[in-house]
Amino acid sequence: MTAATAAPGTPEVLIRTPAEIRRSRYLGFTYLFLAALVLLLFYRWSVDLGNFTFKLARPTDPSAPDLTLSAGRTTLIVGAVLAVLGGIQLSRGFGKATNIVLGVGLTLFIFAFLAWATAQSSLGQFSFVGMMNQTIVRSAPITLGALAGVMSERVAVINIAIEGQLLAGAFVAVVVASPLTQTDQALILGAPLGNWIGVGAAILTGMLLAWVLAVLAIRYVVDQIIVGVVITIFVGGMTAFLALRWLADNPQLNQAPIFKAIEIPLLTKIPFFGPVLFKHNIFVLGSFVFVALLTILLFRTRWGLRARAVGEHPAAADTLGVNVYRTRYLNVILGGAIAGFGGAFFTLGSVGRFDENMTNGRGFIGLAAMIFGRWHPIGAMAAGLVFGFADAMAQTLGILQTGVPSEFLGMAPFIATILVVAGLVGKARPPAADGQPYIKQ
Amino acid sequence: MSGRPPETEDKEQSGFGAFLDDLTGVNVDWRAAVLVPALAVLAALVVSVIIIIVSDIDLWREFSLSALGDSLAQARSAMWALLVGSFGSLTATSETLVFSAPLILAGLSVAIGFKAGLFNIGAEGQMLIGGMAAVLVGIKFSLPIVFHLPLVVIGAIVGGGIWGGIAGLLRARTGAHEVITTIMLNSIAGLAVIWMLNTTFFQAPGRNDPVSRDVLGSARLPRLLGFLDRTDLRLHLGIVLALVVAYIVYWILFKSTLGFEFRAVGFNPDAASYAGMRVTWLYTSVMALSGALAGLAGMSQINGVLYRATPGFAAGIGFDAISLALLGRSHPAGVVAAGFLFGALRAGGLEMQVATDIPIDLISVIQALVVVFIAAPALIRAIFRVKTGEEIGQLTKGWGT
Repeated sequence: MTAATAAPGTPEVLIRTPAEIRRSRYLGFTYLFLAALVLLLFYRWSVDLGNFTFKLARPTDPSAPDLTLSAGRTTLIVGAVLAVLGGIQLSRGFGKATNIVLGVGLTLFIFAFLAWATAQSSLGQFSFVGMMNQTIVRSAPITLGALAGVMSERVAVINIAIEGQLLAGAFVAVVVASPLTQTDQALILGAPLGNWIGVGAAILTGMLLAWVLAVLAIRYVVDQIIVGVVITIFVGGMTAFLALRWLADNPQLNQAPIFKAIEIPLLTKIPFFGPVLFKHNIFVLGSFVFVALLTILLFRTRWGLRARAVGEHPAAADTLGVNVYRTRYLNVILGGAIAGFGGAFFTLGSVGRFDENMTNGRGFIGLAAMIFGRWHPIGAMAAGLVFGFADAMAQTLGILQTGVPSEFLGMAPFIATILVVAGLVGKARPPAADGQPYIKQ
Repeated sequence: MSGRPPETEDKEQSGFGAFLDDLTGVNVDWRAAVLVPALAVLAALVVSVIIIIVSDIDLWREFSLSALGDSLAQARSAMWALLVGSFGSLTATSETLVFSAPLILAGLSVAIGFKAGLFNIGAEGQMLIGGMAAVLVGIKFSLPIVFHLPLVVIGAIVGGGIWGGIAGLLRARTGAHEVITTIMLNSIAGLAVIWMLNTTFFQAPGRNDPVSRDVLGSARLPRLLGFLDRTDLRLHLGIVLALVVAYIVYWILFKSTLGFEFRAVGFNPDAASYAGMRVTWLYTSVMALSGALAGLAGMSQINGVLYRATPGFAAGIGFDAISLALLGRSHPAGVVAAGFLFGALRAGGLEMQVATDIPIDLISVIQALVVVFIAAPALIRAIFRVKTGEEIGQLTKGWGT
């Protein structure tokens, strides 16, 4: 998008729109600001603090050496690098690598922050492997929610009901699984059969809600954002209503065993990466599988091409014989299945019981992750990981006691989302027909 | 339904509609404005009765006719409690109006956004920020009530207005969709309130949990029925404020140039821009105005009912406001009527929970169902076999604009 295609034969000329020039300048000043922050605060604070240690293995993990560095030197180097990045960004820019460099810059900044936070803490160390593991775990429901959004919006149906689908999945999963797991049963991939039936019920619930969304949006041509909000309000009210009416007096309906982490042979034995990436329950592993599956389905198959055509130009797709309505129904409902599966994570993959409004806006963050990830499954997962990391870091900083109020760290994902949709990280382009009903002529 | 063109109806009406037109002197699509909402509420109540019966766990354990009878009786007494709790006595009516005040104000906030083509899901967050501004003014200054109350009102307007204005400015300058930004601003506001309530300035002395100090007596909205000397009559000036504000919003929308421009932008931003209207300024100002109205709703809760802030003081009113604005068809008069209805549901819902053990969360379900029926008049047409007038159609646009 940065380089306009020039006429063949002539060298490619770099043309930048005023908006891009403005953005480039913003980014340059952002780097300089971060550099100033690191040098003037973190470096000054940590220069006398000595070393900090990131633990790369917990007692139960395959052994890995600790990462021990001098806090002062680390912050100094990071500050210098950020200043250089700012200088380059302001003078000549990074061209196509802009976003990658931004990612690297932000990672370095966070690294310097963690270095100072660890060095100043009385502990002097923290479990980096634990934080990264939590990042993956916490990203799973966000990623799954975002994938539900991708499925639906790729065929131009806005799905803002992800939050409701997650919450309904969470509720149904535990209510179905609890009575079925009262007796001891053999574990299948980390949980008794009853849990699997609970997950199945959650998936069906997600599909049912998605079907309602699809009928109202496609057949009755109701405003899609309003339908999504209403479904979310409905599920919030319904689950709270049923939780009080059923679960309050019948606690045995609200306690299910949780899915245990699966040991994948060989992979979990890799130092650091094994426990971070592979020692997880089916929800986390499932999110990896779904990302791969959807990427292939949407971008490598004839079916995916047709689905995307329906999202970009339904009339053209219709002319070529694609059944627009059927494609939309199918994709929205499959998306609902993924969201229902993700919803089960909150109960069966995490705490084993349902609490009122326990998804706590994760579905909306999933929606943001979808936009952040530019309507692509891999992008959605990357965004989910960023939000998961923010979550995990807030938890870690609580342990390290930095004096920074945890509320501000909690805001980070939301502020990041606003910056993303405001175009700081480049303009994201949704499917062209997104949100528009299609009425066959 | 598909394939058939929507029934076109003459503006010239016959029968009851024409009678109402003559009576009121205005030509309104009465089917759309009155009949559909009334039938939608009726349908939602019927569905909620079904929900009560189906969710009866005793019925599932052992089905018998007597158990079904019990469950029917419970549903009947629940509906009766809804009525008694909302209008059954002076206290009940007062409670209905107490709940109506913030609902009307927040509903106006969402409605004015719809009129300009913006979907403000952020009323909840704007209520929180506006309410916290009202707390700040309410505990910081010590003034006579005639100066203090207006200052509290201004504080709430400024607080909510800024929070809404951010979303408007982002939309206008960068194209960031207000649905996303307002959802995010809600979450940010929620965390900001928790943080503020833990600071020494706000936190009540001797408390460790996030609870603010009480606002001063001069910053409290006076009770309207104080002369009766009963503590259970909490009706306060907020309802009068809500009605006055509703009239002002009506005047702005339909009698002022600004309102004309709001509606023009809502109809077609490109055309409005071509006609020389400054869309950037209009988007920002309509969201700021919307936020200010929500801020007043927060103020009405804080300074009229609670007298102090806790993290959950907005109590979902900002989300109810979305359903409410849709039910009231984004017209101030409709919002006032819908506000009274939702206030009655909230007041009656409390009575229902106390009297029949049916959780009050059923109210959210009813409200969601009402909106489904309102937004899809085809459903009402199919259920009740009546003509329904014009469709609501598309109120929002996709992310890409």
